[in-house]
Amino acid sequence: MAKMNMIQSLNSALDVMMERDPDVVSFGEDAGYFGGVFRVTANLQKKYGLDRSFDAPINEAAIVAMAIGMAAKGLKPVAEIQFADYIFPGLDQIVSELSRIRYRTAGQFTVPAVIRTPCGGGIRGGQTHSMSPEAFFTHIPGVQVVMPSNPYDAKGLLIAAIESPDPVIFFEPKRLYNGPFEGHSGGALASWGNHPKGEVPEGHYSLPIGKAEVVREGKDVTIVAYGTLVLVAQAAAERAGIDAEVIDLKTLAPYDIETIARSVKKTGRCIVSQEAPRTSGFAAELAAQIQEECFYALEAPIQRVTGWDTPYPHAHEWSYFPGPERFINAMNAVLEA
Amino acid sequence: MAQDAPRFHVPAPHARPGDTPDFSHIEIQPAGEAKRPDVDVPGMETRDLALGLIGVLDHNHQAVGEWDPKLDAEVLREGLKHMMLTRAYDDRMLKLQRQGKMSFYMKSTGEEAIAVAGAMALDKGDMVFPSYRQQGMLFARGRDIVDMMCHCISNSRDNLKGRQLPVHYTWAEGNFFSISGNLATQFPQAVGYAMACRYRGEDQIAASWIGEGSTAEGDFHGALVLASTYKAPVLLNVVNNQWAISTFQGIAAGDAPTFAAKGLGYGLASLRIDGNDFLAVYAATQWAAERARKGHGATVIESFTYRADAHSTSDDPSGYRPKGEGEAWPLGDPIARLKNHLIGLGEWDEERHVALEKELNELVIKSYKEAESHGTLHDGPLSPVESIFEDVYAEQDWRLRRQRQDLGV
Repeated sequence: MAKMNMIQSLNSALDVMMERDPDVVSFGEDAGYFGGVFRVTANLQKKYGLDRSFDAPINEAAIVAMAIGMAAKGLKPVAEIQFADYIFPGLDQIVSELSRIRYRTAGQFTVPAVIRTPCGGGIRGGQTHSMSPEAFFTHIPGVQVVMPSNPYDAKGLLIAAIESPDPVIFFEPKRLYNGPFEGHSGGALASWGNHPKGEVPEGHYSLPIGKAEVVREGKDVTIVAYGTLVLVAQAAAERAGIDAEVIDLKTLAPYDIETIARSVKKTGRCIVSQEAPRTSGFAAELAAQIQEECFYALEAPIQRVTGWDTPYPHAHEWSYFPGPERFINAMNAVLEA
Repeated sequence: MAQDAPRFHVPAPHARPGDTPDFSHIEIQPAGEAKRPDVDVPGMETRDLALGLIGVLDHNHQAVGEWDPKLDAEVLREGLKHMMLTRAYDDRMLKLQRQGKMSFYMKSTGEEAIAVAGAMALDKGDMVFPSYRQQGMLFARGRDIVDMMCHCISNSRDNLKGRQLPVHYTWAEGNFFSISGNLATQFPQAVGYAMACRYRGEDQIAASWIGEGSTAEGDFHGALVLASTYKAPVLLNVVNNQWAISTFQGIAAGDAPTFAAKGLGYGLASLRIDGNDFLAVYAATQWAAERARKGHGATVIESFTYRADAHSTSDDPSGYRPKGEGEAWPLGDPIARLKNHLIGLGEWDEERHVALEKELNELVIKSYKEAESHGTLHDGPLSPVESIFEDVYAEQDWRLRRQRQDLGV
């Protein structure tokens, strides 16, 4: 085991897979020589050569299409989109192509590419470097959507994504790259070095796509979260002294309804959360499915903790971000109901 | 209220319905005049070829000039047969669509040389990423006609399980990639595929085709950037058939002199060829394939042709272009031109031509009867209903398993 932050553990996942499998290649804007603006692909070009870790032109549609073509030939491309906010020029290639090649060819061709992209706010990124656009992708049949919340999961899930026979959109909450984050702006940056999930095996391991984890056990209310909000929800429960059960979803498509339903049936109360704007977000899907599965166990209406239906503001970032207070308010609301 | 003069420039074709077809503005470089450079020529030195027109068959149906691929008569007859079969197939499928046998159809009439000569000049192992009007490649690569028809009528033997609109073929065994209805998406994919061929150290190359209208898409630009940057072994074909549904080529071209000329901006070798000249298509494809295989990079090829029929069965060209425009097309018909060339060589005659036409028509009719024995879209049998939940992922997750139960299958 080694101490790693999320950047290091993702880099380690790529390193392990490129070492094991000569078909794995990595590319993206600034992702070659320089190793990516967040350094996730650092040193890979030096270690594996120009044709295995290379810079791509600034054209997200072409980056995704290149990955599709390479995957169709049998390579295992891992493409980086520099910020999730930049992924939209590549959306047609993801929606109409990447996700459907297996289906529309009846399995004659498959394109198991991985599209990695940093997402989420909390880094003073303004509206074009803070988005959490995961819901767009959970609405596309044929892709899997993953978002880890810590270094250990990030490495295991990225390895699983590269080994998966189907394409994966892999969201990396960039607020968590360098340290855990409990939703309080300002102050010193916490370190993954003191966090149990910052202990990461150096070699190969993988975590199953589609499996959630109960990261805090509790009996009074279930909070379903993914990405940065997993840590915020846990901190909020600690601070409020509420016996909340927190589920880290890890995979959004397909999400682990069994783990969620088991918990909600136990607690009878549920909060679903996302950093993205509220309307038509992934939390809405969760709420709908949870009421179908658990309606008669619910003691209170399901609450949503989300960003606002606005673009991500720059100056008022912390008024947008769904921090611990909003979780505490939501917990009080479901517990009072 | 109509304006006397538009406030900004909107290009318009030379003739509209009611006008006399007019192609007098088109400059045609005489066949045989274009120089054939070595395959390692720097892309920028192909300027004359991008602005001119490479042709081999002249007005007397003789093969002339440096681009003559000097093919055996046997190969020419094979090409003629594939083009004639493509046309017979298209004509029959159109009739069947009109009889309600399939939901939709798209003919390739007038453009058969581009698909057939293109496929014949490539190796059968090369991966093709076509658009929806290159069905001729399937014949040239020997796909079973009954299988093609079963796809078009979405029956129980459709190799795509009824998931795709007719003519959106896939044939992995024949290295024929999936056709998308979203335009130009396959262009940059072909570049990625070609890069992977190089990565694997294989001799295989890739080739893709889009229409001239689709060159306006960002994916056209993306493909050319990738192809140029990574020197990918790929052929990027633009089929300029003058019409994108009802939109004439000038709406995508703007002030660009040719579509091939766009390739020069990326430093790519760029050729403009007579797309109705089987020998020119063959020669240009062969040249570009050799260039790619030898590691000299990609080629942009504009095939200058004319869409002789409607865009699709959902289209009626009489609403936007003059009657008789196809007959007025100055570069003639690809089948008639290769036929006359073969006759001139003493390698073909009218009698054999008529007999072959009859044979191919009968083959198509017989094949359709067999295809129909595997079901039709209206009366079935189709692929099993539960197959709609298959191949979304390698394995069905709980969502698809439950939804399948909801549908009761």
